[in-house]
Amino acid sequence: MTELKLPSLDYAALAPILIMLGTALLGVLVEAFVPRRSRHLVQLTLALLAVLAALTMVVFNADDRMLTAGRALAVDGPTLFLQGAILVLAAMALLLIGDRSVERGGAFVAQAAVTAESADDRRQAEGRNGLTEVYPLTTFAIGGMLIFVAANDLLTMFIALEVFSLPLYLLCALARRRRLLSQEAAMKYFLLGAYASAFFLFGVALIYGFTAGIPGRTAGVDFATINAAVSESPASPVLLFAGMALLAIGLLFKAAAAPFHVWTPDVYQGAPTPVTGFMAACTKVAAFGALLRVFHVAFADAGWDFTPVLGAVAVLTMLVGAVLAVTQTDIKRLLAYSSIANAGYLLVGVLAPSRDGLSGTMFYLVAYGFSVLAAFAVVTLVRDADGEATHLSHWAGLGRRSPFFAGLFTFILLAFAGIPLTSGFTSKFAIFGPALAEGQTWLVIAGVLTSMVLAFPYLRVVVLMWLSEPGESTPTVTVPGGLTSAALMIGVLATLVLGIAPAPLLDLAAGAAEFVR
Amino acid sequence: MSNFPFLSVLTVAPLVGALVVAFLPRHRPELAKQVAFAWSLLVLVLSVVMWASFNAGGDRFQFRESYSWIPNWGVSFTFAADGIALVMLMLIAVLVPLVILASWHDAESSKRSVPVYFALLLALECTMIGVFAAADVFLFYVFFEVMLVPMYFLIGSYGGHQRQYAAVKFFLYSLVGGLFMLAAVIGLWVVGGKTFDWQALSQVDISTGTERWLFLGFFLAFAIKAPFFPFHTWLPDAGGAAPAGAAALLVGVLDKVGTFGILRYCLPLFPEASKWFAPWALALGVIGIVYAALLAVGQNDLKRLVSYTSIAHFGFIGVGIFAFTTQAGTGAVLYMLNHGLATGLLFLVVGMLISRRGSALISDFGGAGKLVPLLAGVLFFAGLASLALPGTAPFISEFLVLIGTFTVNKPVAVIATLGIILAAAYVLWMVQRTTQGTLNPALTEVDGMRRDLNLREKAVVAPLIALIVLLGFYPKPVTDVINPAVQATMDDIGKSDPAPSVGTVQEAHR
Repeated sequence: MTELKLPSLDYAALAPILIMLGTALLGVLVEAFVPRRSRHLVQLTLALLAVLAALTMVVFNADDRMLTAGRALAVDGPTLFLQGAILVLAAMALLLIGDRSVERGGAFVAQAAVTAESADDRRQAEGRNGLTEVYPLTTFAIGGMLIFVAANDLLTMFIALEVFSLPLYLLCALARRRRLLSQEAAMKYFLLGAYASAFFLFGVALIYGFTAGIPGRTAGVDFATINAAVSESPASPVLLFAGMALLAIGLLFKAAAAPFHVWTPDVYQGAPTPVTGFMAACTKVAAFGALLRVFHVAFADAGWDFTPVLGAVAVLTMLVGAVLAVTQTDIKRLLAYSSIANAGYLLVGVLAPSRDGLSGTMFYLVAYGFSVLAAFAVVTLVRDADGEATHLSHWAGLGRRSPFFAGLFTFILLAFAGIPLTSGFTSKFAIFGPALAEGQTWLVIAGVLTSMVLAFPYLRVVVLMWLSEPGESTPTVTVPGGLTSAALMIGVLATLVLGIAPAPLLDLAAGAAEFVR
Repeated sequence: MSNFPFLSVLTVAPLVGALVVAFLPRHRPELAKQVAFAWSLLVLVLSVVMWASFNAGGDRFQFRESYSWIPNWGVSFTFAADGIALVMLMLIAVLVPLVILASWHDAESSKRSVPVYFALLLALECTMIGVFAAADVFLFYVFFEVMLVPMYFLIGSYGGHQRQYAAVKFFLYSLVGGLFMLAAVIGLWVVGGKTFDWQALSQVDISTGTERWLFLGFFLAFAIKAPFFPFHTWLPDAGGAAPAGAAALLVGVLDKVGTFGILRYCLPLFPEASKWFAPWALALGVIGIVYAALLAVGQNDLKRLVSYTSIAHFGFIGVGIFAFTTQAGTGAVLYMLNHGLATGLLFLVVGMLISRRGSALISDFGGAGKLVPLLAGVLFFAGLASLALPGTAPFISEFLVLIGTFTVNKPVAVIATLGIILAAAYVLWMVQRTTQGTLNPALTEVDGMRRDLNLREKAVVAPLIALIVLLGFYPKPVTDVINPAVQATMDDIGKSDPAPSVGTVQEAHR
C-alpha cells in the first residue's frame, strides 16, 4: 500500500492567495450575520484590508523564487509582480465598486432576482442600497486571479480560471440600471466563457496525452513535464498542436483577443461600470500572466510552432480592435474595442521571448490597468437622469461644462493614443522595442499602423468634448465622492508618472522577469 | 557663462510660464497677457545671452547637458545645440513675443478662456525649443509628438471657420508621420545597441537595407511635418483655420522641425540612404516649388494663400538640403530662418487685415491701401520679402540655394528658378487685389478698416521688418554660425563641394 504523501506548503508564499480566499469566505459570513445597515461598510473595509494585507505579503515575499504546493504553484518574479499588479488595480476597482455617492445606493442592483423592467425593478432602481454580495464575489475573483498567474500546472490553472470567472459572470448581471442589458451581458459572457473553459479543459487532456510515453517519466500537466515532452515525447505532434491551440483559445478568450473577442463590447457595455473597469484591468493582467507562463515556460521550445499563429492572432486583434473602435458611438463599447486592440499589443509582447519582452509586457499590463480604470471612473461620473450617459453624442461640449474631468479624460485618451509623457507611450515602447529586437518586425509595424487608426476614435472623443458646443442633452458630471475620486486620481497620476519616470517600475519588472521552471 | 545650462532652462522656462498663466483667474485676461508677454521677453533675453556665448568657431555641439532619465532604455535628457539649432532657437525666441503681442485680442472673439490661449502659446514655445535643443533621439521624439497637443487646441479651440476639421486633420497627419518615425526610432535603437544618444548613434554602422527603411521612417515624418509635396494637404487647412498668431508659429517654426529633422537626423545618421534617396527628395522639392506656387496663385483665401506660398518655400529648402553642397545647405538653413521671419510677418499682417475686415477672402478686399496705407505698405513689404526681392533677407538664402544647387544639378536649379517668377505672380497679384486699385465700397462700411496700424501692431511688425532688412544686407553673423554646422553635416554624409564652387573668379583669371 503506497502511503499518501502530502505536499509541503509554504504558507508565507501562499499567504496572498489564502488571505483573499479567506476574506471571501468571511464576506459570505458577514452577509449572514451582520445587520443590513452596516454590511456595506464592513464588507468594503474587509475587502480593502484584505487586499492591503495580501499586497503586504507580496512585498514581503518579493525575493521568493520557488515552486510550492507540490509544484502546482510557482511563486517567482512574474507571479509576484503580477499578483502585486492585480492587487493594486483591484484596490482601485474596489474603490469604484464601493462608491455610493455618485449614484444613490451604488452602481449595483438592490434585488437581482426582480424581473427586469417591472414596477418592482423601477422601485429598486430609485436608490435602495445595492447588494453587498458584490464584495465577496470580487474578493473570490481576485483570489482566483492570484492563483491563475501563479499556476504551474494546467489543472490548477483551470481551477483558478473557474474561480475567478464564475464571480465575474455574476457581477456582470448586477447593474442597477439597464437591467436587461446587464443580464444579457452576463448570459453571453457565461455561455461563451463556459465554451472557452471547455476548450481549455479539452486542451489540457490532449496535452496530458502528449506527455505520456516519455521513457522514465510519468505523464502530467505540470509545466516542467510538458516542457520536457515538447522536445522528447515520441507521441504525434498533432496532439501537441491541437492541445496548444485549444489551450490558447481558452486563454485568448479571457484576454479578449480576436477572433475570441465578440463578447467584449457587449459585456463591457452591459456590466456595471466599476466591474467593467475591474475586468478591463485585472482580468487582462491575469489572462496575460497565464499566457506568458504557458508559452514561455511550458511551450518555450515550441516557439517556432506557435509564434506564426499567435502572431496572426495578434495582428487580427489589433486590426479588429482599432478598426471597429472607429465606428463606435458608445463610450463603453469604444473602450471595449480599445481594450481588444490593447490585447493585440500585449500579444506582441508575449511573442518577444526575451527578458526584456517579458518585463515590457508586465509593465504594459500595469500601465494599461491604471489608465483604463481611470477611464471607466470618469465614465461613471458622466450622468443624466437615466444614469450614466454613455452615448457619445451626450459627451459633446463636456469640456465646457466640466473642464476638470474632461481634462482628465482627455489626458487618459492621449495616453491610450500613445502620446509621449504618458504611460501609453512608454508602455508601447516597452513592448515594441524588445519585439523588434527579437525580430518581430512585422508585428511592430502592424502595431504602429493600428495605433494610427486607433488614434482617430480617441481624437473624436476629444473633439466632441472640447470643440463641440454643449447641446441640450449634454449631461452634467457628478462631483464624485472620496472613493471614486481616489481611484480616478490614482489612475491619472500613475498614467502621468509612468509616462515621465517609468524607470522604477521598469527596474522592478526587469528584476522580476524570470520564470522558475 | 558657457557653463550655464542654457538649453534646459530655455526649455523649462516657457512651461513654467504656461502653468503660471493657465492658473491666472479667467476674469483677468489683461494680467494673463502681460505675464505671458513678459515671460516670453525673458526667454528672448536668455536666448540672446546664449547666442552671445556661442562660439562660432568652436565645437559643433555646444551647451551640452545630459541627465539620466530612463536608464533601462538608455534614454537621457541630453541637450546640445549646433549652429542650425541655435538659429532656430533664436527664431522661436524672437517670434513668440511678437506673436503674443499680435494676438492680444484674438482670443477674446472666441468666447473661450483668454489665459488658456496664452498658456498654450507658451507651452508650444516650450515644446518647440525642446525639439530643437534635444540631442537624444528619444527626447526629440517626445517633443516632436507633444508639440501637437498645444497646437491642436490652439487651432481647434481658437481657430476660425472649419477649425475642428483642420485641427483633427493636422493632428492625424502629424501623428501618422510621428508613428512611422516611432517605428524607425525603435529600429534605430535596436541596431544602435540600445542607446538614444545622437553622437553615439551617428557612429553606428547600419546595413544598407535597414538604413533605407529607417531613413524612410524618419523622412516620412519630416516630410509630412515640413510639409513636402505630396504630404502637404493638411497645411492649407490648418494654416487657414488657425488664429493668425498660431499660424505664424505653425508655418514659421513648427514646420521647420521637418527640415531641421532631415538635417540633424536623416543626413548624419543615414548618410548612404540619404544619398540614395536624394534624387527622389529633390524631385519632391521641385514639384513642391512649382505646384504649390501655382495653387497659391489661384487662392482666394489670404491665409490659405500664405500657406501655399510656404509649401513652395519648403520645396526650396528641401532642394537646398538634398543638393549636398555647403552653399545650398547654408542657404537652406538661412532660408529656414528668413522664411520664419518673412512668412511670420506675412501671416501676422494678413491676420491684422482679416481681423479688421472680418473676412479672409481676397475678393472682399480691394483698394484697402486707401483706407489703411501703413498696413498696406507693410503687407507689400512682407510680400516682397516673401518673393525674395534683393535687399530682403530671403533673397540671400534663395540665391545661395540656387547657386549651390546649380553647381551639382542644373536641371533642378533651372526649374526651381521658375518658382521665383511664380512667387512674384502670386504675391503681387494678391497685393494688387487686396490693397491696390479702386476701393471696394463695402470696405468703407466696415469700422475696422478705418483704423490703421496702432502702436501695438507697429511694435509687432517693426522688429521683423528691421531683421529682414538687416539680414538682407548683412547676413554674416548668422552665416558664420550656420556654416560650420552645415559643413559638419556635409562631412557626415561624405560629400565635398565640387571644386569650382567658389572658384569661378579664379577661373576667370586663368
